[in-house]
Amino acid sequence: MLMQKTKVCLVVALAMTAITTSVFAGGPGKPGASDVKPDANNAGLKLPAGFGAVKVADSLGRTRHIAVTANGGIYIKLDRARNSNGILYLQDTNGDGKADKKTSFGAYGGTGIYVKGDYLYATSNEDIYRYKLDAQQQVVDPEHPETVVSGLINRRQHESKSIVLDDNGNIYVNIGAYSNSCQTKDRTAGSLGMQPCPVLDSAAGIWQFKADKQNQTYGDGVRYATGLRNVVGLDWNKSANQLFVMQHGRDQLHDLFPSMFTEKQSADLPAECMYALKQGSDCGWPYIYYDPYQHKKMLAPEYGGDGKKTGGENAEEPVVAFPAHMAPNGLLFYTGNQFPEKYRNGAFVAFHGSWNRSPENQAGYYVVFVPFKDGKPSGKWEVFADGFAGPGPVKSPGDAVHRPCGLAQGPDGSLYVTDDVKGTVYRIVYKTK
Amino acid sequence: MRKWILAVMPLAIGALTATAQVKKPATTKPAAKQAGGAATATIGRGKLLYKQYCISCHQENGTGVPRMNPPLIKTEYVLGDKTRLIGILLNGLNEDVEINGEYYSNPMPSQAALKDQEIADILSYVRNNFGNKAGTVSAAEVTAVRATIK
Repeated sequence: MLMQKTKVCLVVALAMTAITTSVFAGGPGKPGASDVKPDANNAGLKLPAGFGAVKVADSLGRTRHIAVTANGGIYIKLDRARNSNGILYLQDTNGDGKADKKTSFGAYGGTGIYVKGDYLYATSNEDIYRYKLDAQQQVVDPEHPETVVSGLINRRQHESKSIVLDDNGNIYVNIGAYSNSCQTKDRTAGSLGMQPCPVLDSAAGIWQFKADKQNQTYGDGVRYATGLRNVVGLDWNKSANQLFVMQHGRDQLHDLFPSMFTEKQSADLPAECMYALKQGSDCGWPYIYYDPYQHKKMLAPEYGGDGKKTGGENAEEPVVAFPAHMAPNGLLFYTGNQFPEKYRNGAFVAFHGSWNRSPENQAGYYVVFVPFKDGKPSGKWEVFADGFAGPGPVKSPGDAVHRPCGLAQGPDGSLYVTDDVKGTVYRIVYKTK
Repeated sequence: MRKWILAVMPLAIGALTATAQVKKPATTKPAAKQAGGAATATIGRGKLLYKQYCISCHQENGTGVPRMNPPLIKTEYVLGDKTRLIGILLNGLNEDVEINGEYYSNPMPSQAALKDQEIADILSYVRNNFGNKAGTVSAAEVTAVRATIK
């Protein structure tokens, strides 16, 4: 056992060396090089000065989360398997930034995908699998993954399972609430909240499992954090050595409690929150929501709230409160060297875009940046990449041409963004030359 | 007059296409051919009720939300069997919905708290808006379906 552990450590150390080496090995024409030439129109994106974008690939299906290996290979999870293939592997063999080789495997749909050490981890909406990678960080046996965890709750609402690993052999998975606000009758006007909320026993939180142990289920895992309605974007912050998550806040305050909330309030409440978690964190769902105007945790109307009463004294405070309903689907702490200094260790968040603000225009559909220092935000968030949705206002999410979903960092420090409408993969680079 | 015909042409073509997709064609005549005033009234009331009860999930233009809330446009769920459609409003729906190769996962809550006439109005509006063209739904039809539940 000890021997095995040492071996694993060695492999990890070797892999780390490979990553570090490849960061500095980028050169002209080399796969993963940082001087990829951006597309003439930056693939339709609006970016800060000095940045450019390449459309790596297009029309791939509903591309959800993405992982980029130490040598620039790209693994993508598809929401639904196409011809029994739910994972794509893209390669850019000539280094022009465009994927020119594509293979696929994994007969299940899902969202989560992550590369750590010499394994690729991927999720269906119930299970976590992992695939051994070879020295080129390519899957050895695509037909026979190990089942790490199975039987996680999927009751269709908030069904996606997002994953991330820490540096101590643990994997963290989101199990979303199969409910909007734990009403006795879900999404039914006036229905009150169940007390206590039974959803919290098996969902509405982050569960921690061992990354290298097969066939685990609920009993083998730890409910690491609770009171999180649904998390799609999450990342391990290496400088704080801490798990950060983005919560999708509750919907329909006006529809469900029209006497307490106007349509406008319903469009603007509650905040989409970033939380820094530790084991045992409770972020308060369903009992509270966060009001970004009053900067307060408010008692949910299902539990006696009225838009004025506060609640959740012991619930975590958000680290960042973003505008309502923008649906944060990707979170990435940037550790690369390619982008300017201000981006180092800061957070990129991909907002899938809202559906729950009608009759107003929808919002989000962009990637934002939050500067961080010492594991805490050090300034206001700003829009980093925009233009995904197209030129016009988005009245309804169906109007959006593209919707950002997953984020990953390449070995050269490029930022990759997936779109799950058209199946486009973007690579954002800083034009240093 | 000619303008009117031109305006109706795309709707008529739409109705033909829609009917072709529907397994069980609607047995009632299109709303336009029914007693015009009554159809217009129920559709008009339905529009207001739609805004109140349906718009956030199914959206103002009926396109729904990709992956989550189904569209109401040219789908058998809306244009087909009225009994099933009324049943969805009364019972809610929590199963995978597939429309034109796309899947929708959010559950639909029951709208049984609405009156039979309100459900009839909403469905009449939905079946005759967003490019849809199908027979209106009457309160009596809702009452009949409600009687089979419980």
